[in-house]
Amino acid sequence: MSGVMKRMGMIFRAKANKALDRAEDPRETLDYSYQKQLELLQKVRRGVADVATSRKRLELQLAQLNKQSSTLEDQGRKALALGREDLAREALSRRAALQQQVTDLETQHATLQGEEEKLTLAAQRLQAKVDAFRTKKETIKATYTAAQAQTRIGEAFSGISEEMGDVGLAIQRAEDKTAQLQARAGAIDELLASGALDDPSGMHKDDIQAELDRLSGGTDVELELQRMKQELAGGPAADQQAIEGGTSQSQQQDRQQSQDTPRFDKQ
Amino acid sequence: MIVRIMGEGQVRLADGHLTELNKLDDELLAEMENGDGPAFRRTLQALLTRVRDLGDPLPDDSLEPSELILPSPDATLEEVRDFLSDDGLIPG
Repeated sequence: MSGVMKRMGMIFRAKANKALDRAEDPRETLDYSYQKQLELLQKVRRGVADVATSRKRLELQLAQLNKQSSTLEDQGRKALALGREDLAREALSRRAALQQQVTDLETQHATLQGEEEKLTLAAQRLQAKVDAFRTKKETIKATYTAAQAQTRIGEAFSGISEEMGDVGLAIQRAEDKTAQLQARAGAIDELLASGALDDPSGMHKDDIQAELDRLSGGTDVELELQRMKQELAGGPAADQQAIEGGTSQSQQQDRQQSQDTPRFDKQ
Repeated sequence: MIVRIMGEGQVRLADGHLTELNKLDDELLAEMENGDGPAFRRTLQALLTRVRDLGDPLPDDSLEPSELILPSPDATLEEVRDFLSDDGLIPG
């Protein structure tokens, strides 16, 4: 065992492929065995047919011999009726010889018939066995195919789970990245809030600026209040106007009056 | 023979290329066992490149048992070591 890819392959195969022996496909073996059985069955059947043919031939021979025998018997009877005893004797002796042959053939015929019956029975038994084997073979093949499919699924699953591992890693990375981004966003918020970072969007005000704004806003209000008070009191605001205008107190008052009255009256 | 590159897919390789790839593969194993991370990475990339160059990629929908399996291109030495440990990354 050496090499990374071989070892990884072996580990995956061991996991996914325990049941399967690649060296030999049992389905092929079963089919071959079935074929052999069929051949044997065929041989037996051919044997049965041969025996049956022999039996038929014997039967034909027997029929012929029986016919000859009865002919000779008739001839013997006729010869005796004609007073030819010598001829009748000859016919009867030939018939006796034929009868011997018939007996022999009948024995052979009986033997063949017995043989044929045995062979027929054997062929029937073999046929039943071959049929049973075929059923079993198909069952085994189906089971094997299912097991193989399962193994393939197993391997595909290993393949998938390895991809899933990648997906898992990708998700992990995405989660890490999200967490990192969230952490960073939090940190940026804090930094912006503390004023350590400038916010280019202008959306964000740090607390110092907010305080400054609040303070300056307050100052404006205070200044405004002060100015209004001085105006009412004819204080520095009025003085300022006098200096600017370069006019006297009375002129100022006149101007205020003229401002109260419509201009066209004065003109 | 069929070689799977994890996370990538399968390629069909002529058996004749095996000698060359075996050399890289043995190198890779040695580097993994020595814990030489950078060398492991280089050799893994070289091996994957050779496998991709020499092999014909199998269509994604084909279902063929892999005879050899290679770690994904971004696999680390530690990950591969885990793979080759008794339990492997896939339990059971």
